[in-house]
Amino acid sequence: MIEAQDLTKRYGDKLAVDHLSFRVEPGRVTGFLGPNGAGKSTTMRLVVGLDRPQEGRATINGKKYADIADPLRTVGALLEAKAMHPGRSARSHLLFLAQTQGLPSRRVDEVLEVVGLQDVARKRVRGYSLGMSQRVGIAAALLGDPSVLLLDEPVNGLDPEGILWVRNLMKSLAAEQRTVFVSSHLMNEMAVTADHLIVIGKGKLIASCSTQEFIERSSEHSVLVRSPEANTLAGLITAEGGKVTVQEPTNGQTEALSVTGLQAPRIGEIAAANRIVLHELTPQLASLEEAYMELTAGSVEYGGTAHEHQPVTTPAGGSK
Amino acid sequence: MTSTVSPAAPATAPVPLPAAHRAPFVGDLLGEWTKIRSVRSTIWTLIIFVVVSLGLTALLTWLTLNNLSHGRHGSAASGLVTDPVSFILGTGLGLGQLAICVLGALVITAEYSSGTIRASLLAVPRRYPMFLAKALVFAVLVFVVAQIVAFVSYFIGAALVNNHVITNSFFVAHHTINVHHKITVSLSQPGVLRSVFGAGLYLTVLGLFALAIGGLIRHTAGAITAVIGMVLVIFPLAGLLPSSWGAHVHAYLPTVAGQLITADKHQSGQLLSPWQGFGIFCAWTALLLIVSVFLLDRRDA
Repeated sequence: MIEAQDLTKRYGDKLAVDHLSFRVEPGRVTGFLGPNGAGKSTTMRLVVGLDRPQEGRATINGKKYADIADPLRTVGALLEAKAMHPGRSARSHLLFLAQTQGLPSRRVDEVLEVVGLQDVARKRVRGYSLGMSQRVGIAAALLGDPSVLLLDEPVNGLDPEGILWVRNLMKSLAAEQRTVFVSSHLMNEMAVTADHLIVIGKGKLIASCSTQEFIERSSEHSVLVRSPEANTLAGLITAEGGKVTVQEPTNGQTEALSVTGLQAPRIGEIAAANRIVLHELTPQLASLEEAYMELTAGSVEYGGTAHEHQPVTTPAGGSK
Repeated sequence: MTSTVSPAAPATAPVPLPAAHRAPFVGDLLGEWTKIRSVRSTIWTLIIFVVVSLGLTALLTWLTLNNLSHGRHGSAASGLVTDPVSFILGTGLGLGQLAICVLGALVITAEYSSGTIRASLLAVPRRYPMFLAKALVFAVLVFVVAQIVAFVSYFIGAALVNNHVITNSFFVAHHTINVHHKITVSLSQPGVLRSVFGAGLYLTVLGLFALAIGGLIRHTAGAITAVIGMVLVIFPLAGLLPSSWGAHVHAYLPTVAGQLITADKHQSGQLLSPWQGFGIFCAWTALLLIVSVFLLDRRDA
């Protein structure tokens, strides 16, 4: 378990992490989300003691990172790819890490096989692609068979096959009751990987909840309705207190309405009571991307439209 | 380089990993040894150190002996006559020491430039033991190589000097008189063994001095420039400072004091004994190492 209490980090007069408290539980994948510059990487560096916080503390299984004996046996961290000497081979890099932890060198060969680098392990890191470097970083994180994993943007630079592999790896590690804490800027990646989300913006906690709850809580539900008598229906729905947006009919289909403020069953009842034919009645769930944009609007550190967030509209051809 | 395939092996250790049966610091030392020997820059810097030191010792000693025989007496030649051991140890190692400065700085700055420092600190989060292990492994490596090079340099130089007969011709009253004489050096002469062993010690502490500067500056080019600038320019130039306080300042500067241990003869006006000088150099280096590790502990990695 990872616990942060009141964690605060300033670089000069810039507040990177602002009194941040959260808890990462074992047995599930916890996604760490935030716009660029929100303080995700800084927070991870504070947790593993690379940077010192001005206030607050972070603990792993109740201990400060520096107080854990042979820490790689408890915590595996992937903080950035290419954080290796270009002239050193992947095997030598992992070997020195293993030696500091009293791990046998056969463990190095095991993790190299896990990440699929056994054939290039004795070559210098200089010639590795970003994806290969990322795999060395993942191998280093797995080296001590740790119960806690911190992965900062682990799918960066990986091909689709590699992304799928990391996704499954994180899920299987969580299924083994390990603590998996993974940051990403890819919202859709988190939607399919994370069970729980911690969202930060400008160094402050925005949300900590299950992925499902996050989407439900932070987005307005809308219902897609198709009917040959869309105009009549729109009037009836508005009279009942719903808000209607008329969508352009796509080729061959009847006119569509996007309704908010009324649930799908109620819309169905209204249509039935007025003998209006419905072709489609679909509750729309906002994607994680939209929910995230909505929630972090106003806390975007670097962005052209920092404080003027445009609401995301549901695409017309709603197939869900 | 081929693309990698998705692995079939499970991420979990197939058998529980064995507990570490060793003192934690032993692991730190092993890790640092793997780090220093697994990059080519270490090997290349040491090769340059060996080749430059031995090659220049042989070349300059041989050239100077020939000059003596042909009656060309420069200051170098007179140095070889009056203090042959200092001459032998001063020529090749005087330039070879720059390779040790580079290696010392590189051992720590390369960790920062490559980002390896973060992997190192994740593995050994307590920064004092990490720094101590690094300094210790580096010092032992340099000590072994430098002692070998110092002794081989001495033996090359001594063999050239001892086997060379210097012939000076004088023309007196219509007669040419040839005067033959030999310079002899031997490890049994007073101070000679201490000078040769001292040269290895000096180079070891010089390496640590450079490592400390590297830890302070954390930039390869900056650290190397700073160390070499001090050793080659700033410290020697301080000898030009006026009056007796200038002479005192100069005598107590790190490498000026440290090099006293590599000289077998006491120079006139020398303020410190060889071991006192070496002690001063060690004190400077210890101070810089302490500041360096203190800042390592305080600064974000």
